[in-house]
Amino acid sequence: MSTLPLFADETWQPPSRGRVGMFSLIVGESAIFTIFVVAYIYYIGRSTYGPTPRILDIPIFNSICLFSSSFTIVMAEYAIARGLIRRFATWWGLTMLLGLEFLLGTAIEWRDLIYNRHFTIRTNLFGTTFYSLVGLHATHVVVGMIGLSLVMLFTLLGRVNQRHAERIQVFALYWHFVDAVWVVVFTVVYIVGR
Amino acid sequence: MADQTLPISAPLPEAEAQRVPWLEWMHSWVVTVDHKKLGLLYIVYAIFFLLVAGAEAILIRIQLAWPDMHFVSPEVYDELFTMHGTTMVFLVGMPILFGFANYLVPLMIGARDMAFPRLNAFSFWLTAFGGLLLYFSIVGGFGLYGMGNAPDVGWWAYAPLTAKAFTPGHNTDYWALALIVSGFGTLGTAINIIATTFSLRCKGMTLMRMPLFVWLMLIVSVLTLVTITPLTAAQIMLLIDRYLGGHFFDAQAGGSPIVWMHFFWIFGHPEVYVLVLPAFAIANEVIPVFSRKAIFGYPAMVAASVGICFISLTVWAHHMFTVGMTSVGNTFFVLSTMMVGIPTGIKIFNWLATMWGGRIRFATPMLFCTAFVFQFLLAGLTGIMLSVAPWDWQLHNSYFVIAHFHYVLVGAIVFNIFAAIYYWYPKATGRMLSETLGKWHFWLFLIGFHITFDTMHFVGLLGMPRSIYTYEPDRGWNTLNLIISMGGFVQAIAVLLFAWNLIYSYVRGRAAGNDPWDAWTLEWSTPSPPPAYNFAIDPVVRSRRPLWDLKHPHDPDWKYER
Repeated sequence: MSTLPLFADETWQPPSRGRVGMFSLIVGESAIFTIFVVAYIYYIGRSTYGPTPRILDIPIFNSICLFSSSFTIVMAEYAIARGLIRRFATWWGLTMLLGLEFLLGTAIEWRDLIYNRHFTIRTNLFGTTFYSLVGLHATHVVVGMIGLSLVMLFTLLGRVNQRHAERIQVFALYWHFVDAVWVVVFTVVYIVGR
Repeated sequence: MADQTLPISAPLPEAEAQRVPWLEWMHSWVVTVDHKKLGLLYIVYAIFFLLVAGAEAILIRIQLAWPDMHFVSPEVYDELFTMHGTTMVFLVGMPILFGFANYLVPLMIGARDMAFPRLNAFSFWLTAFGGLLLYFSIVGGFGLYGMGNAPDVGWWAYAPLTAKAFTPGHNTDYWALALIVSGFGTLGTAINIIATTFSLRCKGMTLMRMPLFVWLMLIVSVLTLVTITPLTAAQIMLLIDRYLGGHFFDAQAGGSPIVWMHFFWIFGHPEVYVLVLPAFAIANEVIPVFSRKAIFGYPAMVAASVGICFISLTVWAHHMFTVGMTSVGNTFFVLSTMMVGIPTGIKIFNWLATMWGGRIRFATPMLFCTAFVFQFLLAGLTGIMLSVAPWDWQLHNSYFVIAHFHYVLVGAIVFNIFAAIYYWYPKATGRMLSETLGKWHFWLFLIGFHITFDTMHFVGLLGMPRSIYTYEPDRGWNTLNLIISMGGFVQAIAVLLFAWNLIYSYVRGRAAGNDPWDAWTLEWSTPSPPPAYNFAIDPVVRSRRPLWDLKHPHDPDWKYER
């Protein structure tokens, strides 16, 4: 009836609200990290006393583990999208292990700094910026681990199936973000700042 | 069925109101995930705090009405202006605007609820808890002067005053925690609005057919994502400094109080736009309906709003001209600040062009919006004056600045909030607000506003600094301050009239019907108040004014719109 091509009902497909929501959260989180990263960069070399970033060891193995977990979670996403629950659980478990290794590595690094070198958040300005930036990232890894564990729990209980692929993918976005932030934090703290 | 326009649906039979015991009724409000109920909760919560923070302003004005006054102690005075600012921004401005967004965005885009209803409820209760936390500090947060001190470091809380050494006790911690908590609530709501707008639009509601209200709320939400979070980050740093012995803002350890200023204003300036863009959103709905014309320059309005969103992120350091930045820094922030005048100017001309030649009905909402256009223009002009660094060096921290931003916050935002309440109250309650009381409210508030804030410019030009407890009689500020304070009382009377109108009309108001203003957006196609499911049948729209199409089948908008 109308001559104007106003819209076609069949192609009316709005984007997934989960994805839009997660991307929005990531934008907001990025702003938080930006502030902490800017503070870190601005304060490099401004400590008036105490230890300098030379005391840090570069956590290469740790970083490789975290970056690999982005790959394993992608494999898990592929598996769930095709409904291969067993394979999904394997890759998902591997992701958890890699995340856990990262947290363990950070814990060992911090333990060494705190107990052997007596370097804490209140030692000097460098300590404040270092622990808060790396700690902020580690907090996000912990939150991610909680999410991963919940999904794993439901998988083991047999409650996860192909229908949940999209939710899993939305959650994976968060995990990818946490990984991507580590690229920035790693570069700033252990390469530029050191 | 692309040719079908939306049907106006009567409420389904089971939606008829039944009497429920009040405990059950209260419970239904506490556990609700309905966007309309949550929107109303936001608005009621904000109006409550509006009265609280307004009372604080009145106490401040009594203290300043005469020289050498001792109406309150200096310590209490510091708490009053800190709490007034913090409350008005975080517990009044943001909740009320998000309340409108919550209530109206799903209705306007033809959705049945927000994208994440439970997140919505969670966000509201976080915000509410943040407000309680802030006010709990009055009884729980002992400060320097014994038990029970409210935060007293100013709403900007500059370092190093906030360091543990200078502000012992817990009042500053309550301030920081309250803002972190309500900040997360705000973040949740912003995410929700973005997801709702992108994912839940009804058929035919393309982005360029969305009501401008929804556009503006979308832009505000995006801005909120990158605005509130820096504040949260800065508050976390402040708490690390205060609790864990950190050194972020500790100059002796190499930290810098200036960094706090930067972080605070990276939040603080866009925050002004987070507050004022929803006010624009309201004007974008009210002005066309009461001018009986479609909004002039819809695409230009959208573009201008997006422009404001981006430019507003680059202007923060105009709050810091007096800290001694480089001349390059000063120049950049002078120019970027002046640039904001371009998109806002486009908006003002568009509103004027919408009214131009229209058959204007001066009902109360339109009165408030008309006053808004002119007051916002004046506020923008003093803003451009202050954006000039040498001018700012003269007037920084004076009452001229206070007058400028109250012109924005009251003259533009509060006026439009009133307009919005008069405009949508019939939709939310099914009853009209009294026009007689409304006109009294408008004129009293307008007169009080101008007595107070016009005069404030002059007392600022005469050199009166902000945040001072009192002043000597020989400064030449006596009469002006008395006038300012009297204007404050006129405004207070107007607001009390308004509060009375809200209550009175809820009981005695004229029944509103579905569409009392003969408006054009989808929310007016639902019954008043809308049923829990909003639309019995999912609407389909073909133009920016779906109800116009429905009412004028022979001359629909979609014939002309691209």
